[in-house]
Order: sequence, then C-alpha cells, then structure tokens
Amino acid sequence: MSSTSVLGGVVRRREDPALIQGRGRYTDDVKLAATAHVAFVRSPYAHAQVGSVDTSAAAAMEGVLAVYTAADTDHLGPLIAQVPVGALRPLLNSGTVKHVGEAVAMVVAEDPYVAKDAADAVEVDYDPLPAVVDLKHSLSDEVPVHEGASNTLISWVGPFGADEAALAELQQGIEAAKQRDDAVVVSQEMTNQRLIPVPIEPRSVMADYQAGYDRFDIYSSTQIPSALAGAIGKYFGMSMNQVTVKAMEVGGGFGCKLNVYNDEVLVAFASKHLGRPVKWTETRREAANSTIQGRGWVATATVTGTEDGEILGFELEGIADMGAYSQNFTVAIPFLGLFVGSGQYGFPTYWKMDCVTTHTMTTDAYRGAGRPEAAYYLERIIDMYARRIGMDPADVRRKNYISSSEFPGAVSPMGFPMDTGDYATNLDAALETAGWSDLLAERDAARAEGRYVGVGLATYVEVCGFGPSGLVDLGFSWAEYQMPSAFNGSSLVRVHPDGSATVSIGTGPSGQGHQTTWAQIVGDGLGLDVERIRVIHGDTEEAPPSIGTFGSRSAAVDGAACYEATGKVRAKAARIAAHMLEASEEDIEFADGGAHVAGAPDSSVSWGEIAACAYQPHRLPEGLEGGLEAHAIFSPGNATWPFGTHIAVVEVDPDTGDVDLLRYIGMDDCGNVISPMIVDGQIHGGIAQGIGQAMFEDAVYDADGNLLSGSLVDYILPTASDLPSFELDRTVTPTDVNPLGVKGIGEAGTIGSAHTVVNAVVDALEPLGVTHIDMPLRPRRVWQAIQDARA
Amino acid sequence: MKVSMSVNGKQVSGDAEPRTLLVHFLRDTLGLTGTHVGCESSYCGACTISLDGKAVLSCTMLAAQADGADITTVEGLASNGELHPVQEGFWERHGLQCGFCTPGMIMSAVTLLEENPEPSEDEIRQGIEGNLCRCTGYHNIVRAIEYAGAKMRGEEPAPAEWENA
Repeated sequence: MSSTSVLGGVVRRREDPALIQGRGRYTDDVKLAATAHVAFVRSPYAHAQVGSVDTSAAAAMEGVLAVYTAADTDHLGPLIAQVPVGALRPLLNSGTVKHVGEAVAMVVAEDPYVAKDAADAVEVDYDPLPAVVDLKHSLSDEVPVHEGASNTLISWVGPFGADEAALAELQQGIEAAKQRDDAVVVSQEMTNQRLIPVPIEPRSVMADYQAGYDRFDIYSSTQIPSALAGAIGKYFGMSMNQVTVKAMEVGGGFGCKLNVYNDEVLVAFASKHLGRPVKWTETRREAANSTIQGRGWVATATVTGTEDGEILGFELEGIADMGAYSQNFTVAIPFLGLFVGSGQYGFPTYWKMDCVTTHTMTTDAYRGAGRPEAAYYLERIIDMYARRIGMDPADVRRKNYISSSEFPGAVSPMGFPMDTGDYATNLDAALETAGWSDLLAERDAARAEGRYVGVGLATYVEVCGFGPSGLVDLGFSWAEYQMPSAFNGSSLVRVHPDGSATVSIGTGPSGQGHQTTWAQIVGDGLGLDVERIRVIHGDTEEAPPSIGTFGSRSAAVDGAACYEATGKVRAKAARIAAHMLEASEEDIEFADGGAHVAGAPDSSVSWGEIAACAYQPHRLPEGLEGGLEAHAIFSPGNATWPFGTHIAVVEVDPDTGDVDLLRYIGMDDCGNVISPMIVDGQIHGGIAQGIGQAMFEDAVYDADGNLLSGSLVDYILPTASDLPSFELDRTVTPTDVNPLGVKGIGEAGTIGSAHTVVNAVVDALEPLGVTHIDMPLRPRRVWQAIQDARA
Repeated sequence: MKVSMSVNGKQVSGDAEPRTLLVHFLRDTLGLTGTHVGCESSYCGACTISLDGKAVLSCTMLAAQADGADITTVEGLASNGELHPVQEGFWERHGLQCGFCTPGMIMSAVTLLEENPEPSEDEIRQGIEGNLCRCTGYHNIVRAIEYAGAKMRGEEPAPAEWENA
C-alpha cells in the first residue's frame, strides 16, 4: 500500500448518485423495442400428476404470442446444477409436479397484463397426490418425493475425511466422557426454520436473441453472470462468447440470485423462438415459491462437559430440507455448515446431517448458507450448558477456544486448516465494549423488580472467500456452467492513453459497494484519484470470467486479483517512468496522480504522460512491449475464517410475549478493512437478517405443502421500528491467504446474530425455568413458552 | 383512456387501461423507472411517491385515480443539479446498499421531515416502518434522515460514526 493509502479510509460510494436520484439501471428498467412479456402457469399443488394442459383458450387471446409447455422445452433437458446430487428440475413440468409454484407452462404476450390473463386461461388438470413436508416423515421414505428414489440424497458426516474407524473411535471417546462422574450432558432438539431470502428487488431476466449474429444479450438480476453465460451457451449449443450477460444494478441477492434458474433458460428459449426480446419479472409470490429458500434444519445438539466448563465433546445429528429438486448448490449447503461444525473451539466434534427431499421449493444458499445453522446449534447448546453448570457463558467459551498460539497452522476438529484467529482477544473486546459485568448487574436489578431482562452472548467463526481452486476436488467444479476450476479471482486493469484507468472484474454488484472498493484498491496502488477510475463489472462481455459475488468472497478473492493486476501495471509504469525521468526504477514512487523519484518530488511525470509514452512504443525502453494493462488471476491458498462476538440485551413482556430488543453489540474481526463505512454497513444488514430469523421470519408450509407465508403480509420482515441502532466495533486479525489481509464480511453479521438474540430471550426467561424456544420468537410463541413454564 | 397529471413539475398525459397501475404508468409510459415495484401488495414501500403532498404507494393505485394529481417521484427531488438534503443524507451517511428500496425510502423520509422537522430516532423509525430495506438493517438510513433533518433546519449534522472511530 502506498503512503497515501486510501485503503482503510472512507470514500463516499461512487454508485450512490445514480441510485439516490432514481437513475440506477436494474434489469426490469431495461427497455428494448418490441419486448414481449412472460407469465408462468404454476402448480397450486405440492404433489400432483399433471393431466391435460389445455392452452387453446390462452393461445387464442389477443396479444398472446405463444404458450409453451414441457413438450416444447423438454428437449433442452433439466435445469443444470453445480452439485447434481438428487433429481434435477424440469424446465417446465408436464409429468408429476413436486412443489407449489412449480412451472407447468409459459405464456408470452405483447403486454405483461395480457400475459397474466392468458396464464390464468391455461387449463391444467391435476390429480393430487400425498405430499411430504415434515423432515422426519421424509427421512422414513414412507412417501417418496421422487418415485423409486430414497428421499435421503446424501449424509454429511464430520470430521471431514474421517474414515469409519476414526468416526467410531471419536464417538466412543464422547460416549466415555458421558460416563465420567463429573460429566454434564446437555442435549436439545432445535429447529432452524426455513427462510425466504426476500431481496427487495424481485428477480428479473430479459433475453435478446439476435438471429443475424447468432448471439444472446441476457439481462439478469443474477449474482453469477459468467456462469449464466456459460449455462445459456450450453443449452443452446453456443460458445460462452456468443452470450453476453449483463447484471447491471442488482437489488440485493443474499444468495437467492446465486442460481441459474429455469426461468432464465426459458426466457432465452422464447426469445430465440420468437425472434424478439422477451422479459420476465417475478411477482413477490413467485419470489416466495419459485426462488430458492434457505435454512430448514431439525437437529439435536448435545454437549458433554465437566462441571467446571471443560467441554469434552459436541455432537450434532439432524436433517436438512433440500426441497423438491437440487439446484445450484442445494446439497452442498449443509456441507458448508460442516466446515464450521466445531466453530472456534478445539473439542472433539461429531456431526451428521441427512439431506432429504420434500415437496417444497428447493433450498440453497441464503446469507450464511449452512454456517448460521451450524453456529446456531453450537452456540445455543453451549449457552444451555453454561447455564446448567452456572458458569458465565463468556468464560465457558474462552475456556474451550482454539488458542491464538495455534495459529498459523491450526486445524479445526472438523479437519479443516484455518488461516488466522485470536478469539479470546475478540471476546474480551466485546465484553469491554458492552460493559458485560454492568449489563449482568443491571439485568439482575431488573429481575429483582420483576422485569424479564435478558443478556445474550454468542461467538462465531465463519469460513468464506473460497478457494483454493483445488476445491473442485470436492465436486464444486462449476464445470456444469462451462466454468471449470473457477474458485479464483480475476481482474483486468487498464490505464488508458489519457491516464485514466478502468478495472474490469467478473463479479457483479448487489449492494456491496464494489464500484467504490475496486476503485479504492486500484487508486491506492497507482496513486491515482478514484474519480479517474472506472469500474466495469457484472458484464461478461467486458470483464474476465469470475464465479460471481457470493460467499463473502469478492474482496478476499476478486479484490486480491484486482490488487495483483494493479501491481503488475504499476511495475511496468515504474519502468517507463524511470526511463522518462532518467532515474532508477527502484526509486520510483506513485502518488498524487503520477510517479516521482523518491526524495525528489519535483522530478515527476503524471499518469497521462506515462500512458502517452506507453502507447508510443518507439519512446519505450528497449524490449518493453507497448500498452499499459495487466490481467491477474488470484487463487487463494485457503478460505478465510472471520470471527466475532455478539451481545444482545432484551426485555420480554410476560403478559404478551413481546420481545423488545434494547441493545445489540457486534465485535467482528474480518481482518484488514478497506472501507470501515462499507464493512459496518454489511454487518448492520447481516445482523438485521439474523434478528429477522430469530424474531420474525418463517417460511411455513402446511402438511399438504401449501406455502402459508408466501407474501410480505405473512412473511414478516423486521422494520425500522423493530430494531435498535447497532453498536459495532472490531478487532483486526489479518488473514495470510491474500495480499490485502481481508477476510470477507458479507455474511458474518447473519452468522453471529440469531443465536445471540435467542440466548438473550432465554436468559430473560430463566427465572421462569424456560430453557429453549424455537425460532422465530414471535409474541405468541414466547407467551406460550411462559405459560408452559408456569404450568 | 387518457390520463393527465403533473409529474415532477411537468404536465404529462398518456394512454392507460382502466386497470393500469400508477407505478406501471410512471415506469412504462413515462419512462420514470426510479420508482420500483417490490411486492405489489403495499407492504414493502419501494413504490412510494409523493402525490398531492402525501407519501402514497403507486403499486396499489390506478393510473386513472391519479388523473389531475400533482406527483413527485425520486427523479424530481433534486433541483438545478442540487441534491435534496435527504438524498445528500443517504449519500453522506451510507443510507443505501443495493439501492432498490432507496427511492421509496427517500420519498417517505421527505414526507416525514416535512411533517416533523425534528424527529427523534424513534419517530424516524416509526416514520419509515412502511418501507422495507433488506440491506442496511435501517441503521444508516436513520443516520441519513438525521443528517437531512439537521441540514433542513440549518444545523450542522452530527459527524459520521466512522469519523469518530
């Protein structure tokens, strides 16, 4: 970093002027001449045999261009998945539909209103069949979701890589610990309920097939533009370079736009078939029942420890809901949980999750993706154990941490090498910021007055920023999308002849401030004002391929590629500047929009002068190629492992069960920080989503597979008046797996927060003897727990 | 049918079906795509506009109902190239991330500050509870509105939290 580093400083976001004036371009804002519009006919049944599909009335309506059924699209094959374990989704289904909202037919019309009318006019005969929704019922295989196949798709068992003998030995060790005289065993079955991601922008896709050039422009609110380009190419027998995907502004993703969807393929199909641009934007109800959901685990957590807080073993055994079909990552999500199954602790851990199908919408990556679930079980049961032995929950955690002295080189009990960590320092900082002992005293004083005030604490470790690229060996190859071995970052930095610069990067935006962060990294490396730097992203035509924006990976992986490409450009520019200034290359420094000789600020050339020279090869030093640009691919040596400590203070109204969240303190450690403003913003939003799960959100399916909370009327999101201002601070433990030392922060807030709130509510109700309440902690459920405890 | 209205200070008219929603008229007929559709059920607030001085949801109102109305959308807030203090507040205090809820959130905040020039934090939070944001946890939206309120009262806004760090 240069001496005038903008890294770690605050730059107002460059994307904001457009967005605050209503001039941002999201997919649904794009208008092309003669665009046709799509509406889907969707199954109202969770499980039914489709009989006849009568499209004649719809097709005859004025303004209807086409009505497609599976007969028209089956030749394309099913929806491809990254981890194709389990049944794949048909693009359109004329056989047996497997969840409410599954697409049966597609109408294309001149006008979106007409398309919806025509979709209503398609007559489908359904013969309903029994549905499987409950996870234990699914596990029994009494009713198969897919005829002839077990409902259990895979079981993830940890530690990772342990053979049967090692697992047996581990389990015997934990069993032996349970037999000790001083053993304390605490066990609890808990539900980590299904959630609907709900970015405020519904998904939208427009395909523009240009027959004269045999190519597609695809506009999509996707997190993975390169993979979508590869997928569309694959479906239509085209190369990736015949497909351009543009993800301009994306209105939030949180993982649910990290899929290639059947609607994206179908809209492309219709555009090619009709020779017109074709657009579809989902309704909020479609977003609920045909965009992926997250979480959905039922599991029993057991901790075995001593009376003085030494944990001898942790076990988690449960079932995870995959929904009806496997999409991009589906079965891999619980595996991400396994990565952090033992959290930031060193005790022996046995972990087993069965991944089962149900007649519900597919689950996949939702902010945190397996890691909030894993952390939830671990941090809830440790809290219950601390309560049982009467020990401060902070002390129990500290006692069982992997010590900072084990880094670098620590390997988690689940079998994964970790980068850097200093958990006790982070915990202590959180306790100090919160005023932990005062908080406990205030809680006790409130209790003495008969009030139900609770203090909850939880800590977490995350794993994110994947690579290394060798992860393809675990089945995450991205080859299905013509993106083999792509757990890399990739970036191209170009200095133009006038001295301005462009950075092209394959990630896309969905709110993380990348326009600003990438410009900061390049500007810092070149000593160039960020205003002179253009960022091109979310556009497969102009940017090098990348697997996209997800898994808290952008800064740690693609940002590192950006840093390295910048370094290559700077090295070349230093040679040119040295030649121009008749100085030694080693003495060239970059700052204030150009290069100067160290110790001689008057001896300088601007970036414009350097670039002008670079593009006139006759002026260059002997043997130096013309031009001034560089590409870098960065492959991290490991994922990164951020961590943190969160503390919540709540008060429960015992008469109504209403939970008032009084304070929320977050002490996160994501290594070095490029922009404190943006990092804190990511944490705020992550915490809000974790609180949403803890207190409000619930994707409720009834026994027949109807989604009862499919609109924002009944799927309750936190509003501004439900949340307090958050109190954030950080510790800084840089990673050693990338040159920026950054770890990634997109998901951390969510991974740390749900259990923190539940721990606080249970603490508030401790005087009543309440030990656990399943999320979401809405008033009725809390009130019921109080009544049950009093009975 | 023909509908006419004033939008951002200009008299406009256009054809609309009787069932055409106001938000679609604004976005598709007038090309004002700053007003967003988030839920079509009046729960998310992304489509909030100002109509005759009130914050209303343009996704649950017909274009025909707005005939003769005086409408301001987010595109009409800045004047002579100068941002409205609420827009400035959102930029200065990182009140947006993905930006999709932002136009509606800004329009609600403008109305809030017109009705209550010096709101408490609780009053701000209650004032925007009809607008959902999934990115910010509302923390910096509240700071942005506090900033705008101070500016509109002619006061110096409190420093940004990261300036104190």
